[in-house]
Amino acid sequence: MAALSRAEAGERDPARPVTIDLHDVGVRALNAEVHAPSASSYEVLNPQGAHSIAAGIHDEIDVHVRGHAGYFCAGMNQRGHVVVDGSVGTGVAENMMSGSVRVRGDASQSAGATGRGGLLVVGGSASMRCGISMKGIDIVVGGSVGPMSAFMAQAGRLVVCGDAGDGLGDSVYEARLYVRGSVGALGADCVEKPLRDEHRAELAELLAAAGLDHDPGEFRRYGSARGLYHFTSEHTGSY
Amino acid sequence: MCGIIGLHLRDPALRPELGRLLDDMLCGVSERGPDSVGVAVYGDETRNPPGQEAVSVLRAPGDLDRAVAALLFGRRSGAELDPGRGRPAVTATPAGDTTVLTAPVGGEALAAAVHAAAPDALVVGRGDDVVVYKGAGHPSDLARTYGLRDVAGWQGLAHTRMATESAINPEGCHPYSVGPNQCLVHNGSFSNHATIRRELVRQGVTFDSENDTEVGARFVAACLAEGDDLEKALLRLGETFDGFYTLLVTTADGFAVVRDEIACKPAVIAEHPRWVAMASEFRALAELPGIGEARIFEPDPGRVYTWRR
Repeated sequence: MAALSRAEAGERDPARPVTIDLHDVGVRALNAEVHAPSASSYEVLNPQGAHSIAAGIHDEIDVHVRGHAGYFCAGMNQRGHVVVDGSVGTGVAENMMSGSVRVRGDASQSAGATGRGGLLVVGGSASMRCGISMKGIDIVVGGSVGPMSAFMAQAGRLVVCGDAGDGLGDSVYEARLYVRGSVGALGADCVEKPLRDEHRAELAELLAAAGLDHDPGEFRRYGSARGLYHFTSEHTGSY
Repeated sequence: MCGIIGLHLRDPALRPELGRLLDDMLCGVSERGPDSVGVAVYGDETRNPPGQEAVSVLRAPGDLDRAVAALLFGRRSGAELDPGRGRPAVTATPAGDTTVLTAPVGGEALAAAVHAAAPDALVVGRGDDVVVYKGAGHPSDLARTYGLRDVAGWQGLAHTRMATESAINPEGCHPYSVGPNQCLVHNGSFSNHATIRRELVRQGVTFDSENDTEVGARFVAACLAEGDDLEKALLRLGETFDGFYTLLVTTADGFAVVRDEIACKPAVIAEHPRWVAMASEFRALAELPGIGEARIFEPDPGRVYTWRR
């Protein structure tokens, strides 16, 4: 996998950061500061898997977390740019509205769940239910995603440079799913679709934003067969 | 919710540190289960001396050691004393709700003597290597009550409980230790446990609580007694039980983790040349020595992971 170098990934070059050490102050103090920021750039030390680090940002600030974060890191992010030099727990960038979240390591379950906008990049792999119920967020995973990813995904793009586990795109609506490696059993109503020029173009854009240099032609596209959109009265007999 | 931690040491040099490492790990899952805490430790020769077996007892009366010694060794003068060492042949060490009895007899004989001496008492763990502690209360208080930080040994696990399926009391606290040196802890809930309980009762299995996890532990113990290894027993559990679960199961020589096929309940495994650790959340693993070099991963749904001593 190509490295997520700052320049290639089009990352911002933040101003000299204010350092917040979670050994000295808790997550509440950190979040109170980033909710009403007195600086434009922060560096967070000793996260040690704490929950809700940098959740609820609504200003265009940079937050660099140096270490592993716990659940809901950068949840509900709006306009902020969060980088995690480590792995993250369940629900990273859940319900993100805009901005970006970049994780250098792996992500646990439900990465980018219900996200409405912005870009989530996971440099390593993401576990189960990545992009569950995504509603407009873009998610790029450098490695693989676990089973049941993009479950009921409504809008946005999920790009997986490795493999996808079983049940990909179960009950998917209009989200577009791109996978470079193998896919386990597809979820209900999820089908492979042709990769046309416009899809190659958007893939190239997303990969560049993530700092990855894969050839878009290596990916396959999956989406909704739209067979579950309407209640089918003929099926009532089977219940 | 509920929280699970487990640590299986590969490097004997870490044995004196087992309790401190477990205590640090426990802090990382205390918010997940603030109502009761159970701990099991393997290989602490002070708490379960060589040549003896230990049983852990709830509702133990104050004179249980003397009553059990009288039943096991008779009332003749001096017979209660271990002849070789000049100390009581049966020792009782209270730790909150749990009292640990040790004696130079088989665990089953010791448990039977406890039952005969104190019919209201409940044996919640036995073996020649393990010591089990269970109690209702906050994790940090109970870790002190159990003297967790001072434990030495080669393997241990703990469970912090947020009760859903049965009452908050020491009986409902995990681990469930229903076979010699066996322990099982559970995050989740079994939905068909009553059906399986009835089937096991028909086969002659007796139960100590109304807890769903006890059914899982009795099932695994029955499989192991039939000759299954840990992996096979847990695969059979997956075929039989319905519901949500992350389980950590330990035996006299094994350490196993399994999650149900939907895997809603969290689990993180970290593998290091000096140890294998499992926890509900990464933050419980954050302080382990060398965690930066460990291979950290989430167990796949439905797959059994086992390690042997």
